[in-house]
Amino acid sequence: MSEELTSPLSKRARQTPPSGIRRFFELAEEMDDLVSLGVGEPDFSAPWAARTAAIDSLEKGRTSYTANRGRRDLRERIAEHVSRYDLHYDPDEEVLVTTGASEGVDLAMRALVDPGDVVAVPEPSYISYGPTVTFAGGEPLSVRTRAETDFVLTYDDLERAGAAEASVLVLCYPNNPTGAVMSRDELAEVAEFAREHDIFVLSDEIYAALRYEDDHVSIATLPGMRERTVVFNGFSKAYAMTGLRLGYALGPPEVIDGMNRIHQYTMLSSPTTAQYAAIEALESCDDAVAEMRTEFDRRRQFVISRFNELGMDCFEAKGAFYVFPQCPPGWENDEEFAEALIREERVALVPGRVFGAGGEGHLRVSYASGMRDLRTALDRIESFVESR
Amino acid sequence: MEAKRELLDLLLSDARQSTEDIARQLGVDAATVEELVDELEAEGAVRGYQAVVDWDSVDEGHVRAEVELNVELDRETGYEDIAQRIAKFSQVASLRLISGDYDFAVDVEGDSMHDVSNFVSEQIAPIPEVTQTVTHFVMRTYKERGVYFGDGDDDDRLAVSP
Repeated sequence: MSEELTSPLSKRARQTPPSGIRRFFELAEEMDDLVSLGVGEPDFSAPWAARTAAIDSLEKGRTSYTANRGRRDLRERIAEHVSRYDLHYDPDEEVLVTTGASEGVDLAMRALVDPGDVVAVPEPSYISYGPTVTFAGGEPLSVRTRAETDFVLTYDDLERAGAAEASVLVLCYPNNPTGAVMSRDELAEVAEFAREHDIFVLSDEIYAALRYEDDHVSIATLPGMRERTVVFNGFSKAYAMTGLRLGYALGPPEVIDGMNRIHQYTMLSSPTTAQYAAIEALESCDDAVAEMRTEFDRRRQFVISRFNELGMDCFEAKGAFYVFPQCPPGWENDEEFAEALIREERVALVPGRVFGAGGEGHLRVSYASGMRDLRTALDRIESFVESR
Repeated sequence: MEAKRELLDLLLSDARQSTEDIARQLGVDAATVEELVDELEAEGAVRGYQAVVDWDSVDEGHVRAEVELNVELDRETGYEDIAQRIAKFSQVASLRLISGDYDFAVDVEGDSMHDVSNFVSEQIAPIPEVTQTVTHFVMRTYKERGVYFGDGDDDDRLAVSP
């Protein structure tokens, strides 16, 4: 007689699908001489000044918790920093320092979503939004954006997907994985939809500093939107500080307070060392950010040109560090293309379908790699495409 | 940024990249890049293209010294005249008029310390306007023209990430 061991896992854990990126990660891991354009973080290291500030803080023994909301001097600098985007928040009541912007998104979902609530998630998009909705007990509603409109979210897209019934809408521009950005006019359509249907907006603006042809616009600056928006940003992408895990959320006092109530029990406070690095980053690293952005911009133009020359249609992505070309003629399936490419030419990129509806037939290409690697990768892709 | 200025930045970061690759990064065509390079050269803005060499990794004698020079001017002789006279020696890698305690900073290169000190004492010191030379031999170079010679930062990123 055997006793059957039932899975200790909750239904929630069991039902969480493994990320579609996992398989490519495993393929890439076993490969020598791989060039990866599949990386979702900068190839630069954090600016040296920020790193030395972290080291200094450790030397001085600053290894304790901070206030739940984060150090006040950091919150003040954050409030001052975001004023460049015409975002104005009170450091005491409207700013929450989080462990990466990801934690902020998770907190907001849990603070705003009741079981059964519908959360509209435009796709293709970063892979975490859907699962955080589910963890909060909500129902993710996929809102498909289209290649024909360069993956900008439109009023029609929202209407067509039935987003009117949603209580929360996620927005991520500049976008991972497409590199798309949204102008003030384009955001105005989304804002109109949100106001009409009383939808709260979670605007993930982690790539705000990486916008190449014009200035970033936050939806929270549009009429009637500040009170129905939480803005997320952080230090990972602009300051190349991904591993330091530090972000922040900006929003109306009631919502930030609700998020902080959860944060105080689950996180207590965000990493102290990272907070010191972040203070220095905001104080003295604007030039380093500008240099990185210039470098990204050159690579961006290089990569877009090469893909278009190869006959892989690539719209002019104007933000983040991704482009989102189509598979070359003759390849319908992005996953098959990506798999053949990594096996035969040792170039890793991520199939678009991993990022949800509308990603099929596309490939996410990260240009967070040096020019030498980009050249090698594009040469290999060229020989792969031309050999068929 | 103006295209010519951007081109200058690209050449500063890597002068060996192909015209086509430079064109792609600037979003212009290759012919335009050729034209701009010609202009930069004709204007004298770009004077040359050189490798950044870490001589410690090259298997041959190579010595560099930074030489401080003090000079005395008179009615007929100005800084320009002295500079011309010094700059034309092939041993002089760079020559700058500077502010502060001395007048000229000269980088002198040679195959050995003997070469360099001989050059300074026999060719530079005897120049009538030169009143003093102080020679500092370079013992080790850590960074040259923006290129750090130590180990760079590790790239510890995962090969594929969201």
